[in-house]
Amino acid sequence: MSDTMHQMHGTGENGAVHPAIELRGIDKRFGAVHANKEIDLKVDKGTIHGIVGENGAGKSTLMSILYGFYQADGGTIHVDGELCDIKGSDDAISVGIGMVHQHFMLVETFSVLENVILGVEGGAVLRDGVSKAREELERLEREYSLNIDPDAIVGDLSVGLQQRVEILKALYRGAEILILDEPTGVLTPQEADHLFRILETLKEQGKTVVLITHKLREIMAATDNVSVMRQGEMVAHRKTAETSPEELSELMVGRKVLLRLEKGKANPADTVLKVDNLCVDNAQGVRKVKNATFTVRAGEIVGVAGVSGNGQSELLEALGGIRSAAEGSVELSGQDVTPGKGVDAAELRRRGVAHVPEDRHRMAMVTAFTAKEAAILGYEDDNTYQKGALLDWDAISKATANMMAEFDVRPNNPDLKAANFSGGNQQKLVLAREIMRDPELLLVGQPTRGVDIGAIEFIHKRIVAMRDAGKAVLLVSVELDEIMSLADRILVMCDGSIIGEVSAAEANERVLGLMMAGVDPKEAKAVEGQA
Amino acid sequence: MSKAVELPRWIDVGVLPLLNLLLALVVSALLVLAIGENPVEVVEILLFGAFGYEEAWGYTLYYTTNFIFTGLAFAVAFHCGLFNIGAEGQAYVGGLGVTLAALYLDFLPFPIMLVVSMLAAMIFGAAWAYIPAYLQARRGSHVVITTIMFNFIASSLMVYLLVNVLRPQGSMTPESEQIAEHLRLPFIHDIAGALGIEMASSPLNLSFVYAIVISVMIWLFIWHTRWGYAIRTVGANAVAATYAGLEPGRFIIIAMMISGALSSFMALNEVMGVQHRLLIDFTAGYGFVGIAVALMGRNHPFGIFLAALLFGMLYQGGAELSFEIPTISNDMVVVIQGLVILFTGAMEHMFRPRATKIYTAWRLRRDAQEAV
Repeated sequence: MSDTMHQMHGTGENGAVHPAIELRGIDKRFGAVHANKEIDLKVDKGTIHGIVGENGAGKSTLMSILYGFYQADGGTIHVDGELCDIKGSDDAISVGIGMVHQHFMLVETFSVLENVILGVEGGAVLRDGVSKAREELERLEREYSLNIDPDAIVGDLSVGLQQRVEILKALYRGAEILILDEPTGVLTPQEADHLFRILETLKEQGKTVVLITHKLREIMAATDNVSVMRQGEMVAHRKTAETSPEELSELMVGRKVLLRLEKGKANPADTVLKVDNLCVDNAQGVRKVKNATFTVRAGEIVGVAGVSGNGQSELLEALGGIRSAAEGSVELSGQDVTPGKGVDAAELRRRGVAHVPEDRHRMAMVTAFTAKEAAILGYEDDNTYQKGALLDWDAISKATANMMAEFDVRPNNPDLKAANFSGGNQQKLVLAREIMRDPELLLVGQPTRGVDIGAIEFIHKRIVAMRDAGKAVLLVSVELDEIMSLADRILVMCDGSIIGEVSAAEANERVLGLMMAGVDPKEAKAVEGQA
Repeated sequence: MSKAVELPRWIDVGVLPLLNLLLALVVSALLVLAIGENPVEVVEILLFGAFGYEEAWGYTLYYTTNFIFTGLAFAVAFHCGLFNIGAEGQAYVGGLGVTLAALYLDFLPFPIMLVVSMLAAMIFGAAWAYIPAYLQARRGSHVVITTIMFNFIASSLMVYLLVNVLRPQGSMTPESEQIAEHLRLPFIHDIAGALGIEMASSPLNLSFVYAIVISVMIWLFIWHTRWGYAIRTVGANAVAATYAGLEPGRFIIIAMMISGALSSFMALNEVMGVQHRLLIDFTAGYGFVGIAVALMGRNHPFGIFLAALLFGMLYQGGAELSFEIPTISNDMVVVIQGLVILFTGAMEHMFRPRATKIYTAWRLRRDAQEAV
């Protein structure tokens, strides 16, 4: 740390040490959107530098400019003190910048080795390049202990390991500066910790790491310096040791934010949802939910935690009537509503089940539609929306304006295309559509994914208000913070099974993390006890 | 991040198609020059042939009628995310329905026959579209593949029926018997004549009025009914439709059957209105041109009407052209029509990126000026 500070002071005109990256006055517009406004940034060599900001703050744009995906309208990029003209990712790689994308760019059917040499095969005949690559990989492996078998097929690797393959790819190309874009979104807390240990090793070897994230916890845990972006501007640079999550979140949003949700005790009443031995298969016939049994009572929020892809999505979709049950049964207030046999999403809606799906763009709305068209999705046959044989667009418009006012959707314009709202406002519109129907059961998946902090606060309050109004809420989220602050009881899913239940009071990140990785709850608590 | 600026409607549905059309005409002009004729003269003859005199108008609108029906047919399926290129076959089989109704129910009075023939066309056309629709919805067979195959099947089937079943005894030509005079759709010039207005005779008949009425109904259907909403939802995002409880397969079948029914209305114009009997290949490619009409008209009934008018003009004016200038053969006219289809249909997005760029720059400058 003191090293870093020394470097920070030592940079500049006297020229002792140049920063690894220096951006001066980077400016970028997309049409009318000013994504980056005169951004200045210095990243010191051999440090881990965090960049935080809400969605749409311009972090990804800035990094895409640095990596050559976009050209800046103005400003300069300096790497190691040298002015660089980065026109494409080739240029970025040649000056030693490597990037690990949020969505991996891997060929799943290829082996690790084949993926790593993709694009740098070194000649038309593979054999020479491959054997050289193998040596090089072994060296990198020794140096950074990444624990990857070069001959494993990438598709068979876990998400955490796939991410390491991406890191390996960058290192193989001689990256001295590694940019990671939201790297922990798909990882368990333990996998994330492992990633941070790898980054630490990289730093010790003199590499520079730029970490883009919206999770303040990770910034605090892993970085040396942090820069905060808001609405296209760089608003602050801090040393991590000298700042706090509260200060950072305030800088990100531009006002004070409540990080902890205040809510009263739950008063659970009658059982609303009773899931018994439910099994769900995906389209390929693979069993994704295995013998799930649980209940949700009126007046409580039950959270489902788990690493993304462990069956939560399929569970939620089955309960919402989108997927059929392969086995088992579902009861709603004592009546059988097992999905599949004549019970589809429309039928469940009629019976008072509201569903805010995990994937807003793919499922919750048609982004090409106007807000008012989006606001009746699933409820288009409602009587108040009809005028004879036709839809009553005036009434729908009014109802939409009402939803938008109630849930603070901005701009309050029912005729605007859904795609033109920000993520947070889209999500608020979906929540308004589902919650304002006054359902008995609210199914909600990833309610705050891609939503800015200000809106998160609002959405959380609304979900708790549903609970306090005596409704049953089932919450699926991969954000442990969200589950822990909202849920009264927490179910943990791993590989399709619910491996245990933890009350909110006794939940903590380590226990949940171990359970998410498939460790038996009793064992997890024992491990926790030792630690 | 890189959110594209949306073009205002007047550019999207006005300027861009006009630019495409202009480009098509420029390339056509070069071709005309290449064979040693004067492009200006050609355009003059084309326009005069299409609109220059009363009779020409009648012919132009008669072609337009066909294009409205096939254009609407394509558009309805397109709103459901389906590329129905089977209008040709669906119209052909629809024609069979019309003919059978007219030949075997000829005892019915005209007003009832109006409805019955329409229903017969709808049922036959929709039924022909149902099979590919079912295969798409329930078996995942791509509708582009199946509909084009069904065009061939329809063609063979109709040849068989016309040669072996419908051909009157003793006739050497593969076509059905004439339908009874009192069942034919009245020509517009006859209607006008009855009202005391003198009009030049042309094949334009009552089905043109049908086409206008149906256009309005389709507009209402797509944007103002629950089914229309459901069809658009399935077309834009089938996953969201499932989430909403709108089973995509069901609406795929509904949209395709409506599409088939619309195609078959073309047979009303041709069989009931003009030919008064079922002819081999009476569909003559109108089904395929309907695709270009719908794409150029942005799948909106009003746009389709304008695009259909354009193609009606090209057909009628083109016929006049090959008559007036012998060096411009009929094939040459087809080439010009093909160029228009190419530039307005297949390459409709060619100018879009550039137009977006120019428009964005213009707006930025305007915003900047307003800010000052």
